[in-house]
Amino acid sequence: MPTKVYMEALSPTMEEGRLVKWLKNEGDQVASGDVLAEVETDKAVMELAARGEGVLRKRLLEEGGTAPVGQLVGVIAAPDENIDELISGAPAAGGADAAAPAAEDAGARTKDTAGASPNPKSAEQSQGEASTPPKEKAPARGAPTARGDGGDDRPEPEGADASGSDNGGRARSSPLARRMASERGVDLAQVQGSGPGGRIIRRDIEAAAAGGATRATRAPAPDRAARARDGDHTDVPLSQMRRTIARRLAESIGPIPTFYLTATLDLERVAEMRGAMAELGDEFKVSFNDIILKAVATALAQHPECNAHWLGDGIRQFHRVHIGMAVAIDEGLITPVIFDADQKGLRELSGEARDLAKRARDRKLKPDEYTGSTFSVSNLGMFGIDHFTAIINPPEAGILAIGAIEETPVVRDGEVTVRRRMRVTMSCDHRVIDGAMGAKFLQTLRRLIENPLAMIY
Amino acid sequence: MASFDVIFIGGGPAGYVGAIRCAQLGLSAAVVEREKLGGTCVVWGCIPAKALLEAAGLATKVGHAAEFGVSVGEVKLDYGVAMKRSRGVSDQNVKGVEFLLKKNKVTYIKGTARLTGGNAVTVETGDGKKEKHEAKKAIVIATGSRVKGLPQVGLELNGTTVISSDEALVLEKAPKRMAIVGAGAVGCEFADVFAAFGSQVTLLEVMPQILPLEDGEVAQTLARSFTKRKIDLRTGAKIGNVKVGKSSVKMTVESGGKKSDLEVDVVLVAAGRAPVTDEIGLDKAGVQLTERGFIKVDETLQSTAKGVFAIGDVVGPPMLAHKGSREGIVLAERLAGKKPHSINYGNIPNATYCHPEVASIGLTEQQCKDQKLDYKVGKFPFSANGRARTSGETEGFVKIIRDAKYGEILGAHIVGPHATELIHELAVARENEFTVEEIDLAVHAHPTLAEAIAEAALDSLGRMIHA
Repeated sequence: MPTKVYMEALSPTMEEGRLVKWLKNEGDQVASGDVLAEVETDKAVMELAARGEGVLRKRLLEEGGTAPVGQLVGVIAAPDENIDELISGAPAAGGADAAAPAAEDAGARTKDTAGASPNPKSAEQSQGEASTPPKEKAPARGAPTARGDGGDDRPEPEGADASGSDNGGRARSSPLARRMASERGVDLAQVQGSGPGGRIIRRDIEAAAAGGATRATRAPAPDRAARARDGDHTDVPLSQMRRTIARRLAESIGPIPTFYLTATLDLERVAEMRGAMAELGDEFKVSFNDIILKAVATALAQHPECNAHWLGDGIRQFHRVHIGMAVAIDEGLITPVIFDADQKGLRELSGEARDLAKRARDRKLKPDEYTGSTFSVSNLGMFGIDHFTAIINPPEAGILAIGAIEETPVVRDGEVTVRRRMRVTMSCDHRVIDGAMGAKFLQTLRRLIENPLAMIY
Repeated sequence: MASFDVIFIGGGPAGYVGAIRCAQLGLSAAVVEREKLGGTCVVWGCIPAKALLEAAGLATKVGHAAEFGVSVGEVKLDYGVAMKRSRGVSDQNVKGVEFLLKKNKVTYIKGTARLTGGNAVTVETGDGKKEKHEAKKAIVIATGSRVKGLPQVGLELNGTTVISSDEALVLEKAPKRMAIVGAGAVGCEFADVFAAFGSQVTLLEVMPQILPLEDGEVAQTLARSFTKRKIDLRTGAKIGNVKVGKSSVKMTVESGGKKSDLEVDVVLVAAGRAPVTDEIGLDKAGVQLTERGFIKVDETLQSTAKGVFAIGDVVGPPMLAHKGSREGIVLAERLAGKKPHSINYGNIPNATYCHPEVASIGLTEQQCKDQKLDYKVGKFPFSANGRARTSGETEGFVKIIRDAKYGEILGAHIVGPHATELIHELAVARENEFTVEEIDLAVHAHPTLAEAIAEAALDSLGRMIHA
């Protein structure tokens, strides 16, 4: 019995994966549990293990190729077993790419299929519930406008893709797919069609809206590469992570009624405390960020109304405090979680934060290390940002944006003195947190930061 | 002993179409058929039945001829003549299939095929001789289905007083009193035919509506039309105390809380068909069946035996000629190494050729409700359609169910004149993911019945023009 190797969901939110590297060659003997390949998910590079034993007979996804979860990427079978049937049903090795059209159809399609179906209709015709159909979108790559206008009779670039979806500069797509794409903010030019001749149909939009199959992994067409050399722009294909960030953040800014509360906190006493601790020896050294995390965690423990998730049909207030700590990494950002942060001493918290940040940058986090946070903190102070607003990571109800610590002249007891201060801004999901609620939380936070001894009380 | 790439067992619409497609793609193909080419569809189903329904329609129309200013004198109905004509049409189609096979160089082997394991097929020909053939790429079982009686209620087929559609198609005359058990497409069609030819028809259905698979409103409309034509409808019916005699059948029928006795000359059992899987050597080849007796196949239509495939009725419902044909085509293309677009089983049209005709595609309104879909209904009656008025066929309507948000056509249901032809506009629309707005955008000629489809689409958008 052959064992089919599928792209597996290696993280809770994974919808597709990029095959970074095959660790077994075709013809290699594999045992169940052997690591077959490294797969980049939306969060990390994970290992894809064999679920059967035999010989890795076929690799159906090239290194660098992307496949949605559930797609066949390889076959393990006995050395002499016939696996033609299994392979013939699978997509071409390039990734989630639909197979090239049957030869008998190709000729007919190359010339005049540039236009998908006619542009539906003008907006004022749209009555009733049906949404306005999307306008035909020009592809993101900036292909020439459709042939036929302006007498542009430039010949088709050699080797132009005849697979139907982009030979004329416009993506072939069904009316339903276009309408759904417009509604869901999906760029048709980024979607790989799975319908007849590569036509984009409903399921492709659903997959794309969910961060699924796109053409990001396709080899660039020759004309595209040529244009990129013009130097006026660089096309950056979406990494798995970038795509997930885009989707999640767009989801966030759209439906979440967010408001922002900003406070300026005095850090003199925190600085004093930090200094005093450093004097005790290197092992007692902690960063400002560690102390801020500790203060936020302590404040959240006192304000469960801000330590909450929006569930759609309810609000879940958490009794434990799990702080998501946004970490910038080369490909984007990730939010590892410090669990029970309010229960941890500064030393433990500091060590954990450092370890998580390092492993986040190395992309070695396990899925359960970046899921389950109840509230998040994002600190851009080290980049010299005075003040910013962060986007809520749903279903969490709030996120605190930390700005840079600055020496500022302030008036105290009628005299101008220089104090170290920082501005923090809390983004609140108004469905969960009301203005006064958020303000009281910040009040508590201020008391803790400005009197750090209260934290050990 | 001959060798082919593909051997099809069964020359019905699944097998012969698959064989032709194989031949088109350069594979050598053979079709083994023990009866006539064309299968149930051509010989014992679709084609002869539709010929009879045409006669029934004509009979009804002639009854109204005087209203059109055409007097035809006394109208005589003779089922025997209509039957002979229907056999003629059927024979013509059988010859047509034979011609198509020849034209495409598909070998036609007359006889009964049996699997003997591996890639071998034995064919027993009429004269008792046995020949062995080899299928290099695939053996395809397309043996179809046959009528089955209802022995569980005492209605064993006997060919005279308890008959199936097979016998009904060759009756010399219409029985005086007839009960039809099962009000699916077959039952409704025969009720229509025999009522038109003067039989007193009682139509019995165990489900709460006639045409149980169709939309409720559609079934209601047809039921009203049938009742007007004196067809006695009993839905939710329970049959008991069946006594089969030499010249009549007695039974009790419980329906709508009432129990009554029924005596008829002939009972036509139109409920259920069983796959033909016996005596073809399935066990020898290692071909397994499902719990319901159909051949078990995977998504590539391959059975549990390697290299043995199955298509058409024998793999399960919907038992429709066009579903079998499409499976034949897709399988042929796959065997030829192509990557055909897979069959969208959710987009296979249903057609019932009674009067008024019934046709549908996609989900019924009840199914939309059950799936908790957010939908809108658009409906346009043929009574408001100019073309329908001119022909005096104003019964029925077009009903389109669309997704509330995107306008996707979730289902479409037509009851009325030429419904079985009209449905294909919606089949094409659904296959290509057109929404109701594209239906409206396509200009429909006036006056046509098809305008009712455009109006139903508009109605679903809340802007119908003509009603």
